[in-house]
Amino acid sequence: MIRAQKLGKRFGDKRVLRGVDLDVARGAFALVTGPNGSGKTTLLRLCAGLAAPSEGELAVDAPRGRIGFLGHEPLVYRELTALENLELYGRLYRVPERRERIGMLLERFGLWEVRRDRVGSYSRGMTQRLALCRVLLHDPELLLLDEPHTALDAAGAELLDAQLAELHGERTLLVSTHDPARVESLATLRLALA
Amino acid sequence: MTYVADVRALARKDLLLELRARDTLPAMLLFVVATFVVFHFSLPAHSSQLAASGLLWVAIVFTALLGLGRAFVPEREQRTLDGLVLAPCDRSAIWLAKSIATLAFLVAAEAVALPVFALFFHGLRGATVAGVVLADLGICAVGTFLGAMAVATRARDLLLPLLFLPLAIPIVVGGVGAGVASAPGGYLGFLALYDLLFGLLCWATFEYVVTE
Repeated sequence: MIRAQKLGKRFGDKRVLRGVDLDVARGAFALVTGPNGSGKTTLLRLCAGLAAPSEGELAVDAPRGRIGFLGHEPLVYRELTALENLELYGRLYRVPERRERIGMLLERFGLWEVRRDRVGSYSRGMTQRLALCRVLLHDPELLLLDEPHTALDAAGAELLDAQLAELHGERTLLVSTHDPARVESLATLRLALA
Repeated sequence: MTYVADVRALARKDLLLELRARDTLPAMLLFVVATFVVFHFSLPAHSSQLAASGLLWVAIVFTALLGLGRAFVPEREQRTLDGLVLAPCDRSAIWLAKSIATLAFLVAAEAVALPVFALFFHGLRGATVAGVVLADLGICAVGTFLGAMAVATRARDLLLPLLFLPLAIPIVVGGVGAGVASAPGGYLGFLALYDLLFGLLCWATFEYVVTE
């Protein structure tokens, strides 16, 4: 699903990723670890197509509309409600039976009661839950999750763990985290960036 | 049809954001009306129609610039451009929808501004209004494109006027010409040609503006 050879990325003079080799098979759960500044986020952005490699080769065998990307930002509009945000993304991703899918995700992530509230009134954890709904909305083949547990409370983190376990083997996942113990048992591949 | 649906969904989002935040339109309205008031008191009495027409276009271009500078603010502040770029829709739909939303704000501002101009100065000719309509299309097409370029840079507040104003010169020439010439057809045709050429150029190349 993802194949990278000597992948590197520079921003001006600054090299943020160097010589990364990666071969993630379809259905694999790849765990990316490393200290701050090691290039985890950059690697995920490269795989999502949000940035272009400066060196090496990268092939991702999933069309743009079949990738789910969770970055540091939730990529939702604060002035819109949860429902409006998901409606927008649902239309753009051509999600079939959109309303039902949105309702199911909002229920699952505990946001149904606040679906008509503006996202600006949400806590950081609630916004992260909504970001997860956005990522899962179009049932992507490839999920690129950058620190997905960030800002989630214990209940939210457990919900996410259950979701990841459900996707395990069914979808391809590339997950970067500072807390590898949380998803260690699911990982079929480990990549430690220095 | 899918393309049209994408543009409609994205434009609706931009209009909804403005309806909620009210960041852009009130500022544009206030600016354009204040500009006409200042011009009204600063111009000598019985100033020529040519001078008044020039002032109209100065006010329109700078009012538009105000709106264009705000066009990609939600995407910049909330980093949502990544989310839109990742979606499987044609990326030019993002430009077209944003242009339509900006056009709506500009037209709304002008709906107030043009009667104020007519009241303070020499009235309005039909050709002037036609020129304004055609100019709005070009301003929003080019300005939105440049706004997307500028938003990715640190000097965006400086870069947008620097890029936009030189490209707005033909619009001002066409608009002033249409407003004062006895046969405005040529100037209106020139504005339509500008809209067509630059609209196509922006539509075809927007993808490269929002991807690395």
